[in-house]
Amino acid sequence: MKEFANLLDGLVYMPSRNGKIRLLTDYLARTPDPDRGWALAALTGGLDLKTAKPALVRGLVVEKVDPELFALSYDYVGDLAETVSLIWPEPADKADGPGPSLTEVVETLQQAGRSQVPALITGWLDRLDAPGRYALLKLITGGLRVGVSARLAKTAATALRPGVDIAEVEELWHGLKPPYGSLFAWLAAGGEKPSVDDIAGFRPMMLAHPLEEPDIRALDVAAYRAEWKWDGIRVQLVARGGTVRLYSRTGDDIGGAFPDVIDRVGFDAVLDGELLVLREGRVAPFNDLQQRLNRKTVTAKQLREHPAHIRAYDILFDGAEDLRRLPFDVRRTRLEAFHAREDPAGLDLSEQLSFGDWDGLAAHRDGARDNAIEGLMLKRGDSAYVAGRPKGPWFKWKRDPLRADAVLMYAQRGHGKRSSFYSDYTFGVWRAGELVPVGKAYFGFTDEELRLIDKWVRDHTVRRYGPVREVEQGLVFEVAFDSIHPSKRHKSGLAMRFPRIHRIRWDKPAEEADVLETLEHMVVA
Amino acid sequence: MPAAYSETHPENWIEIRPEGLYCKPGGFFVDPVRPVDRAVITHGHADHARPGHRSALATPETLGIMGERYGDEPGRQAVAYGETVTENGVEISLHPAGHVLGSAQVKLAYRGASIVISGDYKRRFDATCAPFEPVACDVFVTEATFGLPVFRHPDDREEIAKLLHSLEVFPERAHLVGVYALGKAQRVLSLIRRAGYQRPIYLHGTLEKLTELYRAHGQDFGVLLPATGKAKPELKGEIVLAPPAAGTDRWSRRLPDPVIAVASGWMRVRQRARQRGAELPLIISDHADWDELVTTLDEVDAPTVWVTHGREEALVHHARMSGRHAKALALIGYEEEAE
Repeated sequence: MKEFANLLDGLVYMPSRNGKIRLLTDYLARTPDPDRGWALAALTGGLDLKTAKPALVRGLVVEKVDPELFALSYDYVGDLAETVSLIWPEPADKADGPGPSLTEVVETLQQAGRSQVPALITGWLDRLDAPGRYALLKLITGGLRVGVSARLAKTAATALRPGVDIAEVEELWHGLKPPYGSLFAWLAAGGEKPSVDDIAGFRPMMLAHPLEEPDIRALDVAAYRAEWKWDGIRVQLVARGGTVRLYSRTGDDIGGAFPDVIDRVGFDAVLDGELLVLREGRVAPFNDLQQRLNRKTVTAKQLREHPAHIRAYDILFDGAEDLRRLPFDVRRTRLEAFHAREDPAGLDLSEQLSFGDWDGLAAHRDGARDNAIEGLMLKRGDSAYVAGRPKGPWFKWKRDPLRADAVLMYAQRGHGKRSSFYSDYTFGVWRAGELVPVGKAYFGFTDEELRLIDKWVRDHTVRRYGPVREVEQGLVFEVAFDSIHPSKRHKSGLAMRFPRIHRIRWDKPAEEADVLETLEHMVVA
Repeated sequence: MPAAYSETHPENWIEIRPEGLYCKPGGFFVDPVRPVDRAVITHGHADHARPGHRSALATPETLGIMGERYGDEPGRQAVAYGETVTENGVEISLHPAGHVLGSAQVKLAYRGASIVISGDYKRRFDATCAPFEPVACDVFVTEATFGLPVFRHPDDREEIAKLLHSLEVFPERAHLVGVYALGKAQRVLSLIRRAGYQRPIYLHGTLEKLTELYRAHGQDFGVLLPATGKAKPELKGEIVLAPPAAGTDRWSRRLPDPVIAVASGWMRVRQRARQRGAELPLIISDHADWDELVTTLDEVDAPTVWVTHGREEALVHHARMSGRHAKALALIGYEEEAE
């Protein structure tokens, strides 16, 4: 448990993604089986333990600690697991040993009856030190919250064996069970790659390169097919051998939040598509889909008000037949045939756009008025479906962003490499002579520009709130964003999608920045 | 409760004034927060030892630290540990507090009753200063910076081991350890050397003078080099000590992708550690943790405990539960953040 506890602490404090991967790889390399497998399961959300309710934990601690001292401490620390881990009195006869291993905890809890749990927890808390107690309590109260995605954890595991691609691990992943002995035998001990017969696993996705206007003229127009690029979540819907799973682009199983999608599947196939909220045939803004994401359970009201829909782009398997090596045009024919044959509910096909030349396509792109369209996808008709982001077969050609001139209002210190820079900017536009915030951005500028803005922020600070500085109303940003939507959460009543700093208008007086009304006109009904 | 006190009890001759804790018959303050005629100083941290007093009594080490910070001021009176001086009938003696070099508890004895003002103190081993000595008294005035049972500082050797392990995992990054210039810097240097680390350690300019002063008092910190004026790549995988603010300051940009470590008792609580921008929190404190506070109350065994700056409430509660008279003194002006 000690090593796992140290790992959690390291991850909590590590701001950078690469740093987290390093810490995790280092841990996985040093830690024996099956401990490291249980740790990987805990971090990827694959560990299903009988969890303890906070009230149970609180009850255990006030048996040992003066309730008043506990209350004062909890009030100060603010987090139950942390307070208990810090305040738990170590027994005078505490054994010197390392305390229970992660494996002991997991395996014991898996076999224990519910009534045994309190005594087990007390016994373990007595044997652990503070970081160990914290790790244990986080593990059993559910939710480690250390800023590690399943994808990141898998990337760290993959790094154990040079030359292995994350796609190989992704493809195996859902066929493996904690504590992943066969996976580590392969990655860490030079053994054979495990063979997996889970046919409902995730197939690593094919991704597209961004395309800029001038590049497109060099492409062979006849070789490419075009479709709308929808602003939803790219997903893979796997229905194989009676099992149905919905995966995100990174291979996370998000099916739990979308029972409506899962339950209506009656076919056997693997599809690539966009997850959208659709009402009366119209795609709702991304904000609507967001109401459905990252939930463990979903209410009937959410299902009714934010109905989920799949717009299929591609077919990877039709029944047991792997279609990935076939050209895109052939897969498209198969997709259409599949759709005609199954007529699945809540699932339609991405429209193919006809165009004669690039100007015709550009006209499509510029004419798209639907806010839910991000731009266009271009796919070579002869392209096989391959994992990763190969250059050439697929491109995304986004719509020109919307732009507005906004005034910098607040700047916040960044994290990691940027922790000495004010790099996160909240900006606003004018309403009746006052600035109202309309968005926040932390990219779009060069390192050199960041240095200049940082200096400007330090020289023009009016007030400080912890890591945030309020600045004089004197610096204008030309902000680019993909779309803008009404939002009740913001004072301005608007929320931008993908805002970024397009240009710094050192030359522009703040009073000439845009007014809120201009932005309100950019909202597409 | 005061009705039970005898006429000679410190309750009747110690007062809290805006300037700080005042000894009426002696006519002096202990650690006054603004300039006064006569001051007794427990230790050299800037919130306890302020400039501008017309006279100041402290250990020779503390006066040396004040001299380093404020230059020569007239009216300074050095009193060694254990020595007694008398002011207007009040006997003043200084006793090691184990907090930083020269730190002292102040004992005042008057008409047969006594009070000990701890200043700041800790109980664990620190090679850079004399260890705390419990002194019997009627009233013990204790600090309570870490006066909650969640504050239990781990073994400092394990914390240093974390730093050295991080150097192995991130050999291409500098390790910037945020430390208070007086006491913490030198203690951390001493701990790193005791852990067997031999490479040069790099110092921010503001730490140099006081570290030099510790050296003059016999501390050996091995090879120390200035962190400024080094090319970025030279500091890869090296330990750099700097004041805590330097980690989020422009100063840190001279370092190669630094790991921000902060050495402080506050690092025990994750939220506090994150607020400080620590990537590698090291729980190393020069203040007593909860267990040390509680143990000290037992060892000193004064019937009355007054709790000064920090989280007074919990310690007052504990002292009362163990049968002592206890109250919080609302002393202001001492900075908990400086730890």
